[in-house]
Amino acid sequence: MNAIAQIRRNDQPIYLDYQATTPMDPRVLEAMMPYFTYKFGNPGSRSHSYGWEAEEGVEKARSQVAKLIGADEKEVIFTSGATESNNLAIKGVAEFYKDRRNHIVTTVTEHKCVLDTCRHLEQQGFDVTYLPVQQNGLVDLEQLRAAVTDKTVLVSIMAVNNEIGVIQPLAEIGKICREKGAFFHTDAAQAAGKIALDVEAMNIDLMSISGHKIYGPKGIGALYVRRKPRVRLVAMIVGGGQERGFRSGTLPTPLCVGLGEAAEICMKEMDGEAVRLTKLRDRMLKGLNAKLPEIYVNGDLDRRIPGNLNISFAHVEGESLMMGIKNLSVSSGSACTSASLEPSYVLRALGVEEEMAHTSLRIGLGRFTTEHEVDTAVAELVHHVTKLRQMSPLWEMSQEGIDIKSIEWAAH
Amino acid sequence: MPAAHTYLDHNATSPLRPAALDAMVEALQVGGNPSSVHRVGRTARARVDSARQHVAALIGARSSEVVFTSGGTEANNSALAGAGRRRMLVSAVEHDSVLKASTGMDIMPVQGNGIVDLGVLENSLAASTEPALVSVMFANNETGVLQPIADVVRVAHAAGALVHCDAVQGAGKVPVDFRGLGVDYLSLSAHKLGGPAGVGALVVRSGAPFAPDRLGGGQEANRRAGTENVAGIAGFGVAATEARAGLATAEWRDHLEAALLKIAPAARVHGASADRLPNTTCISMPGVRAETQVMALDLAGICVSAGAACSSGKVTRSAVLLAMGVEPAEAEMALRISFGWNTCFDDIERLIAAWRDLYTRVGHSDIVRARAA
Repeated sequence: MNAIAQIRRNDQPIYLDYQATTPMDPRVLEAMMPYFTYKFGNPGSRSHSYGWEAEEGVEKARSQVAKLIGADEKEVIFTSGATESNNLAIKGVAEFYKDRRNHIVTTVTEHKCVLDTCRHLEQQGFDVTYLPVQQNGLVDLEQLRAAVTDKTVLVSIMAVNNEIGVIQPLAEIGKICREKGAFFHTDAAQAAGKIALDVEAMNIDLMSISGHKIYGPKGIGALYVRRKPRVRLVAMIVGGGQERGFRSGTLPTPLCVGLGEAAEICMKEMDGEAVRLTKLRDRMLKGLNAKLPEIYVNGDLDRRIPGNLNISFAHVEGESLMMGIKNLSVSSGSACTSASLEPSYVLRALGVEEEMAHTSLRIGLGRFTTEHEVDTAVAELVHHVTKLRQMSPLWEMSQEGIDIKSIEWAAH
Repeated sequence: MPAAHTYLDHNATSPLRPAALDAMVEALQVGGNPSSVHRVGRTARARVDSARQHVAALIGARSSEVVFTSGGTEANNSALAGAGRRRMLVSAVEHDSVLKASTGMDIMPVQGNGIVDLGVLENSLAASTEPALVSVMFANNETGVLQPIADVVRVAHAAGALVHCDAVQGAGKVPVDFRGLGVDYLSLSAHKLGGPAGVGALVVRSGAPFAPDRLGGGQEANRRAGTENVAGIAGFGVAATEARAGLATAEWRDHLEAALLKIAPAARVHGASADRLPNTTCISMPGVRAETQVMALDLAGICVSAGAACSSGKVTRSAVLLAMGVEPAEAEMALRISFGWNTCFDDIERLIAAWRDLYTRVGHSDIVRARAA
C-alpha cells in the first residue's frame, strides 16, 4: 500500500499504539490541503466568497460526521477534541439542569478527563456515583439500573475503553437511561469509526468524538448533542457565538474538513477493516501464546474492538520490557498518564493484581498495520520477554511451582 | 483558485504561511501523541516544545509560560475563568470572547478615539477592595486602536489587580513584549498571524494564579487538558517566527486613508487620532450601508468586512464603534479593511479604485438625493 510508505519511514519503529493516536490517512491530508491554502477563509465571514467556501467545507464535514453516528448534521458541533467534548457534555449538562437534578453516574474506568470533570463537579456539590466494572471490564447493567435515580441528570459511560478496548453495552445502557429520564453521554473517542454507532438505536443523547483517533488531525473533535428530545448545555467557551452558541471560536476549517473526511473513510471501510484487524490481532495473540506461557489478556476478548490487545506478561518488569522493545512503539497504558509509573487504574479496576498491572502492555493495531509488522512485533516481544524471564528469580521460582504470593519478604 | 480576489480581511483570518504549512504537513505525516513515551511520541513532543520556544520568542515570554489552546477565544475564556478573580473590569471594546466570558463584569468606557480611560479605570478599581482582574486588549480587531497596556498594568497592579491582555490582533503585526508590558495573562491566536486556525496560546506569567477550566490528561503542565494539536502547534511556531518582523504597512495604510478621504471628504476613519495597528482601517463611507459596500466590493473581487467575522453573518451595528460614541447611522456605514503578510500595494490600489467606483455610483448620488429632498 502506497500510503504506508508515506506514513512510516524505514528508520521508524513499528507503530503499535493506535489507541494513543493514529497516523493521519494521506487521503485526509489531501482533503485538508485546499483549506490550508487557497480556501483559507474564515467560515464566519459571510460577506465574501472566501468565507462561503470555508463554510461549505465545514458543513460538508459536519454531515460526514453526522452520518457516521446516525445523527442529523444540526446535532454535531465541532470542538478542539474529545477532552473538550467530554468536559463540555458533562459540565454543560450538569450546570444547565442543576436546579432539577444533581446526580451523575459514571464508571471507574472512564478516561481521565471524564473522571476529573466528575470530581470537579463533586466539589461543586453534585453527587457522583462511580460504578465498578466486572472483571471483563464491562459495566454490570443491574448495578447501573440500581444507581440511576430520579435525581440522575446524566449517565456518562464510554463506548470503548482506551486501555483494554472493551465495548460497553451501549444500547442496553441507553435503554435504561431513557426509561429513567437521565441523559446518556458516551465518550466514543475510541469507538467512532471502529464499531457501528447509531445514536437513535442506542438512545445516545451526547457523544464525544476525536479526530486523531480515527486517522484525522489532532486539535479537532466533535460533540453530538441530541435535538429531539432536546438536550441543553451551558457553553464552556463563549464569545462569537459559533456552533449555535455551544462553542465559540473561529472554526479551524481544514481540521473540520479532515475530521469529516476521516469519518467518511472509516464508515466506508469499517467492515472490511474490522475483519482484517481481527485476523491480525488473532495472529499476534496466537504467535505470543505459542511461545510464551503465562501471558494474560486483560478485558473481554470478544466484546472488544478489533485493534486492541492489552496483555500482562507475568514475572517481567514492565519498564525493562518497554526499554527492551525499542523497535516497537507500544505503551503501558493511557498516553496521558504514561509518563507516570503508577499502574493503570483501569487494570486495577478489573481486579488485576498490581504486579500484573505493572507488566502490562497496550498494543494497538490499526489501518496501516501489516502482517509483517505483527510478525516482527511477536518475535521481538517473545525475544525480550524470554530474556527478561531468564534473568528473573521470580520466574525461576514460579517455574519451580512456588507461589510467589506466599513468600514473606524480609524488610530491610 | 480565485486568484482574481484581493483579500483584505486579515483581521478575520490570515492565509496560512507556506512555511507553516510545510511544517504542519510534516508533523501530520509523522504523527505521534506527545504524551507517549516511545520514540514517535517523543518526536511529537519535541515539535511542540520547539514551537513553544518560537511562540515565547514572539512576545518575549519564557516558553514555560506558554499554554497552547484551541485558539484566541479559548485563551480569553480560560484566562478570565482561571485567574480566579470574581470581580472583573473589562474595556467596552473587547472582543465578545472577553465580554461574554462572565456575567456581572464592570465595563470600562473608552474615549472617542477608542482608548480606555485610565482615570475611570483607576476610580473603578478604588471603588472596592475586592481583588480584581482587568482585561484590556492590545489592539482592537475592528479599528486597530492600540491600548496603553503598560499604563493599564501600572494602574491595575497598584490597586492589587491582575491584568489580562487579549493580544490576538496585535501579535505578529507590531512588537508585543510580554515582560515589558508586565501583564499577567496574554492571549494569542495562530490564524491571525498566518498560522493555522484551531490553535492559540494563553501566556501565563510565571507565578500568576491559574486554575484550568478543562480537566483531564494533565497536558500543558496541568494547565490545559487534551492531546496537543501537534501539527497546528508546529504551524503556529513557524508562523510566529516569520511574524516576528511584524507588518511594515503603516505607509500603505496612510496612503489608503488619504486616498479614500480625498474621494469622499465626509468619510471618517475611526480611531484616526489614536496609535493604531499598521494594517487596519475602519472607515465609514458616507451614505452607504456597510453591507452594500461589502457586497459591491465582493462583486469587484475584493474581500473586506463590516466588523468582526464571528458576528458578520448577522448584520448588527458595531458595539466597538458605538462605545467610541459614533452615531448609530455612521456606525452602520463602517467598513473594515485589514492587510496581512501577503498583501501587496496593488491590492490597495484595487481597493481604492473599487471604493471610488462604488462611492461615485451609490454614495454620492444618495447624498445628492438627500440634499435635494
